[in-house]
Order: sequence, then C-alpha cells, then structure tokens
Amino acid sequence: MPTDSTPTTEAATSTDPAPRIEFEDVEKKFGKTTVLKDLNFTIGRGERVTLIGPSGSGKTTILRLLMTLEDLTDGYIWVDGDPLTHDRRDGKRVELKPKQIAQVRKRIGMVFQQFNLFPNMSVLDNITEAPIHVLGQSKDEAKENALTLLDRVGLRNRADAHPTQLSGGQQQRVAIARALAMDPEILLLDEVTSALDPELVGDVLGVLEDVAETTDITMLIVTHEMQFARDVSQRVMMFDGGQIVEEAPPEEMFTRPKNERTQKFLEAII
Amino acid sequence: MSEFFTDLGTALPRLVEEGLRDTLLSFLGGAVLMVLVAVLLGLATHQGPIWLRGISRAIVEFFRGTSLVVQLFFLFYALPTLTGVDLGSMWTAILALGLNYGAYGAEVVRGSLAAVPKGQWETATALSMPWATKIRRIIWPQAWALMLPGFNNLLVMLVKGTAVVGLVLLNDLTFESEQVRREVGTWPAFLAALIIYFLIALVVSGVLRVLERRAQRRLGLGDFGSQKERRTDDETDDAAPAHAGVA
Repeated sequence: MPTDSTPTTEAATSTDPAPRIEFEDVEKKFGKTTVLKDLNFTIGRGERVTLIGPSGSGKTTILRLLMTLEDLTDGYIWVDGDPLTHDRRDGKRVELKPKQIAQVRKRIGMVFQQFNLFPNMSVLDNITEAPIHVLGQSKDEAKENALTLLDRVGLRNRADAHPTQLSGGQQQRVAIARALAMDPEILLLDEVTSALDPELVGDVLGVLEDVAETTDITMLIVTHEMQFARDVSQRVMMFDGGQIVEEAPPEEMFTRPKNERTQKFLEAII
Repeated sequence: MSEFFTDLGTALPRLVEEGLRDTLLSFLGGAVLMVLVAVLLGLATHQGPIWLRGISRAIVEFFRGTSLVVQLFFLFYALPTLTGVDLGSMWTAILALGLNYGAYGAEVVRGSLAAVPKGQWETATALSMPWATKIRRIIWPQAWALMLPGFNNLLVMLVKGTAVVGLVLLNDLTFESEQVRREVGTWPAFLAALIIYFLIALVVSGVLRVLERRAQRRLGLGDFGSQKERRTDDETDDAAPAHAGVA
C-alpha cells in the first residue's frame, strides 16, 4: 500500500524536475517489423494516462517495455530520471546489468489482461509472495498488508480460496491487490477488463477508480473502456502505427477529436 | 503342472533373496541420479545462457544417442584404464543408468518448463522476482505437475533398464534368473523374474501417480477444480461457502 496517499491530480511538481516516466527516441522491432519508432513522451508524477488506438498500434508494447518484458531495440526509458534498461554514458548507449534493472523495475507494477494468478497458491499467498521474497517483509507484515488490500478490493473473505474457485472479476481484483502489495510508484494496466464478462467489468473498474482517487500512483492504462478512461485519466494518447497521432484531456479527445484517425477510431468503438 | 508351480515357488524366493538387492539398488541410485541430471540439464537447456544451452544440449544428445550397454562397458572397462578411476560395479551401473535416463528426463523437464504459461513467467518478472525465486516459487511447482507423467514413464522404463547391469558383474534379477534357470528350468525362472519386475514397476508407477494427483491438486486441478466444484461467475454471493468436496 502506498505510504503517501495524498490524492494528486496534477502532473510533475516543480520541486523535482525529472518526470516519472520518459520515453526518449524509443524504437522497438519484432524481427523486421517496426512497432515503435522515434517515440518520445513524458508522464508526470501521479499522472494518469490512457493509451488508445487500434490493435497493433504499439500501446501494449509500451507497457511491456516499461515492465521489461520486451527488449528495447533502441532509445532510452527513464523512470524518475533513472535509466530503466539502457543508460547513456559518454554519449554511448550502454545496457544495464540485471541487478540494476531490477532496482528500478521494483517501482513499477503491472496488471495483465489474463490476471495470471499463481495457481499453486492461495489468494493470500499470491499477494504476500513477492513482498516476502522480494521486498523482504516479514510474513506477518505481508499478511496484514495483504488483508488490508483484499478488504479494499472487497475479497477479504476469499483470502484462503484457491484462484480456480474465483470468478474472472474476482481473480482480476486479486491481481490488482497483488500489484499494489509491492507499493509501486507506477501501475501499468493492460486491458484489464478485456477478458471479463461484461457484468463483471464494473467491480474491477470500481476498484481501480478507488485506487486512482485515494493514491498518487502514476497510471498507464491501455483500455477500450472509454468511460473509465474519461473518469480516471487526465490525458489520452491516441496511437497509430507506433506514433502518437493525438493527445488531449479525455473530455476534449472524446468530444472534439482533431485527428482524422482518432475520429474514425472513436466512432468505431463508442 | 503342479511341478511347474513348485519350481516357480522355488525360483521366486531365490530371486528375491539373491537378485532383488542389486536390481533395487541400481534402480534407486539410477532414479535419484536421473532426476538430478534431468533437472540440471533441463533447466540449463531451457533457461541457461546460450553457451550453457549448447553444452547441455550436446550432453543430452550424446547420452540419448549412444547405447546404454556401450556406456556401461565404457565406464566399467575403459574408464579405469584411461583415468585410473575404478568406480566398481554398482556405481558404474548407477552412473550409466542415471546419465542415460537423465538425458531423456532433461527433455521432460525442458518441455514442462516450456509448457508453463508465458503469463506466469511474465507476472513473476513484473513482481521483480529474482530468477531463483521465480523458478523455485512460481514456475517449478507448476512444471512439476506437468513433468510427473513423463517421469513416471521413464522410471518404469528404468526398472526394466536395470536388466543390463549384470553385464558389469552385478547379481541382479536377470542375472540370477539365468542361474536359477539351470535348477528349475526356463519357464519358471523367467516367469518369476517377470513377476518381480512387474510388481516393482507397479509400485513405482503407483507412487508417481499419487505424487501427480497431489501436485495437480495444489494447482487446483483434478478433483479439486472440477467443473462441479468450480465457482461460476457470480460475484453477488461472495460470502457463500465454497462447495464441499475438497479432496
């Protein structure tokens, strides 16, 4: 659970100039296919940004690069001014060692489309596993935190259940609690409701809206839930062909999109 | 006919008394080494850096691709003259069996690791787990359930595979049945050996199936997570007790 729970709606504060996330000339290729090219953007501290765009536009790849699940082909990603996977030394691009990468990665958490709860553990153990074995929390401390988080996602009474005994919506809420248990500064949400039955989407989004309201965790959201994007995010970035084609506050983006690609895309999904 | 049963009655206890020990020891030793070799080579071929993958791949292919009998002879006759290291009959048998079956086992381990869904690996990474923690706490328990059927197969084959250890002068079941045959005749002697091999294999296979069911239950599969007991997508009655039938 985040220690600093002051609600923040503003972007980067002036006291610390480094943005929370900075993509600098990022390029990502899968084989010969270029997914992202010369991508530059920054995300401020506590900012919530929704990435939209047609499939294949590179938005999920951005989250996966931040989570170090994909290798960066070229360019840099900075988190609080620290290099994530590659540093610039004397003008040269140098790959960091796994231990250095792990240090910065600890500030980032991710929730996946398919929940990915660990099937070999109870709900509670799913949440306490990483705090105990990665952060070095005591079992009691981790358990206490986990129960508080389960309370928050409305599943305290299922702490001892097995993941297969939960519905998709419940599993995803546990996955959110599990990510929050690592006390991340940045939370990446990758189509977290896409695999759910429509009637279960609301509970998951409700939990996330609560997290957005009560913490200052920076959020990067890939979603097709435009109402959620509107409620939670301060900025929407429209991607197409690995480029940002338009960015604006959600009200503006959804009511008066300027770019033709954005207009077509929004017409198709709303 | 009654003479046949009398002979079988003579052969069985003789074989148990004189041949079972070496068969069981070479099986158990071979099994322990097999699992060890399988785990190490399986992890190396799936997870190692490129050079380690190459080396372990070569080891696997070598021990799978050469005859167990020749390996036995090599370790027993050639190794001492080449290096001065004389392992003795039992250790030679255990080493040859363990390496040979372990090479097959490595493929079972590699396949099982590869079959653990990608999302599990990625989630462990997203939770910043170091490699050892990721493997030990998340991946291995899931891969273990997948590799047990393969290990079951290999261990039953290993039981029968011990029949060659007589070649390095162990008094195993097969060797002893040759001896007993002179007294009681071919039929009863070999039938007795078949019965004993079959019973050992049955026990081995039974133990592995128990382990397999236990591993699956830990993953919420099998009895535990069958359709009947699995909760459906209704979120309204969170407080309702889960269905009974947790095995």
